Amino acid sequence: MELLLFFAATLRISVPYALAAAGASFSERGGVINIALEGMMLNGALAYTLGAHATGNPWAGVAASLIAGVATAALHALVTVYFRADQITSGLGVNLLAMGLTKYVLVAVFHSSSNSSRVPGLELVSLFGLDRVPALGPVLAAPLVLIAIALTLGGQWLMFRSVFGLRLRSIGERPEAAATLGLSVGSYRTLGVLISGALAGLAGAWLASEQHSFTDGMTGGRGYIALAAMIVGKWSPAGAAAACLLFGAAEALQITLQGLRFPSELLQMLPYLVTMLALAGLIGRAVPPRSVGVPYDPERH
Amino acid sequence: MSARPRLAAALEFSAPIVAVALALAAGGAFILAAGENPFAIYGLIFSQCFGTGYGIGQTLFKATPLIFTGLAVAIGFRGGLFNIGVEGQLYLGGFAAALAALALANTPAPVPVLGALVAAALAGAVWGAIPGVLKARFGAHEVINTIMMNFIAFSLVAFVGRRVFETATVRTAMIPAAAQIPRFDAWLPALRGSPANVSLILAVLLALAVGVLMFRTRLGYAIRAVGFNPTAAEYGGIAIGRTQTVTLAISGALAGLGGVNFVLGYKHFFELGFSAGAGFLGIAVALIGRNHPIGVIVAALFFGALSYGGLVINQRVPKELVEMLTALVILFAIAVQQVMERLARGLR
Repeated sequence: MELLLFFAATLRISVPYALAAAGASFSERGGVINIALEGMMLNGALAYTLGAHATGNPWAGVAASLIAGVATAALHALVTVYFRADQITSGLGVNLLAMGLTKYVLVAVFHSSSNSSRVPGLELVSLFGLDRVPALGPVLAAPLVLIAIALTLGGQWLMFRSVFGLRLRSIGERPEAAATLGLSVGSYRTLGVLISGALAGLAGAWLASEQHSFTDGMTGGRGYIALAAMIVGKWSPAGAAAACLLFGAAEALQITLQGLRFPSELLQMLPYLVTMLALAGLIGRAVPPRSVGVPYDPERH
Repeated sequence: MSARPRLAAALEFSAPIVAVALALAAGGAFILAAGENPFAIYGLIFSQCFGTGYGIGQTLFKATPLIFTGLAVAIGFRGGLFNIGVEGQLYLGGFAAALAALALANTPAPVPVLGALVAAALAGAVWGAIPGVLKARFGAHEVINTIMMNFIAFSLVAFVGRRVFETATVRTAMIPAAAQIPRFDAWLPALRGSPANVSLILAVLLALAVGVLMFRTRLGYAIRAVGFNPTAAEYGGIAIGRTQTVTLAISGALAGLGGVNFVLGYKHFFELGFSAGAGFLGIAVALIGRNHPIGVIVAALFFGALSYGGLVINQRVPKELVEMLTALVILFAIAVQQVMERLARGLR
């Protein structure tokens, strides 16, 4: 039972990571580095709060978070795919913009620089009796948890079993070859980034719904952890989700050990250390898509 | 030089200025949305940042760490490396400076301040060199690793800090007087009350040193060659891996030294979260400064003024406007750069 409760906590913590990380794999497999996850999540969280605040309906919040995530992604795509500018710098710029914008709107709408007023969260649902599973019930009854699981599995299928996925991956590897087959490199890359934005927006919705409010900087670096999980998960939605569970477990352990004088800061480092080791090839080599980070310029290829 | 290539060069050179203008225009829309007049707000920022002695002092103070971090990012860019770890290196540098100053409290006069400076540079250099080694040895991308190193630095400082901070605070004890860097207002009454300090002179000297290193030495040539074309550099006898590691170590050292402005020059203690994004801002500074030491100083003054400007407009427009402006400058800068380069290519 203890173990099940621990797993329930892990699952709950992993949801936003898994959504953002699974989405990021679509951006990066298409060839666009996505450091902008943090900003997409943050905008998604604020949009959820605004939507739920304005209508009183949490699902309106979810819709708003999707739109905000996609809009943020569209900016990243505009700069990186259309203007072919540096993807890392763009991601950092988008994150900084989201940090400023969310605070700006927070002050303008809620007249507070730290938090919004209380908004409704998503209500639990009963699907296939999953909500009656011991210990895990309350987590499995959260609609966004079910959606996250479905999206991860669906994403894995889309990436590796569908024509779209095959084409997207080919564009991330050799865009010039894909272009000679008549594929539009720009369209696929843009779509990959937008998918990533939608999922990161949902991740933000989950955070705001759980907390029933938006607080300044509430994503707290989760976008970067999601990016790390995507790398450890070798650029695949399911692998990324598995890495998220690992990172989520480390975070759940921090909470469990808080009473025990164990230095939680050391556990905080774990995801970052694991990612560095994975990148160095010391625990299963993580090899990025061949053309990730390289803008596609038909005049030069 | 005929007219067309000169026009092409002018186009490329003007990109940062165009980007700043576009960002200010876009920011104006947000000011209008808040029910204020953009010209009034921008005018207020300008007059408060450059119009009074105190304002100039504040602007210089805010610009100081940005020169360090801007140089750090710029030297990385010149070497073809994107050091996003500047924030962590700056943070760790400030922490190391405070610890060294405290440890050297009982030593004679120049030792504490010199020891603190060396500690800051060393801490940053080590934090920069680790991703450098990982890149040279395993080909691991420095961007991800420097991001990871940022978070590890934050956790590490929190971990060690819990053991060394003053009881019930998130800061160290006051460093000894012999480790403090004097403020300008001790000699210049016009700057009274502003925290601008001698760290600024160190920053400018380092900018000159980086200029000499980059454009007048063998190492600087190697750094730029690896950045320009690694394959050709290697063919020319330059060890790529070693050069990249050294580049990131120098970059980290510059960033680490940036921590002394706050720790040795202003508060005289290390405080959790003191870096407050000055490392990330270094990326904007390097972009707008076109990775040139002189450009970095100019850009640092611009962003320093913006940082302080946020505080003076907060009564009328949320100060987060400044964060948005900075982000818009970054996004416009890289997009405009591409457009200008394409136009320039057409002209040549």
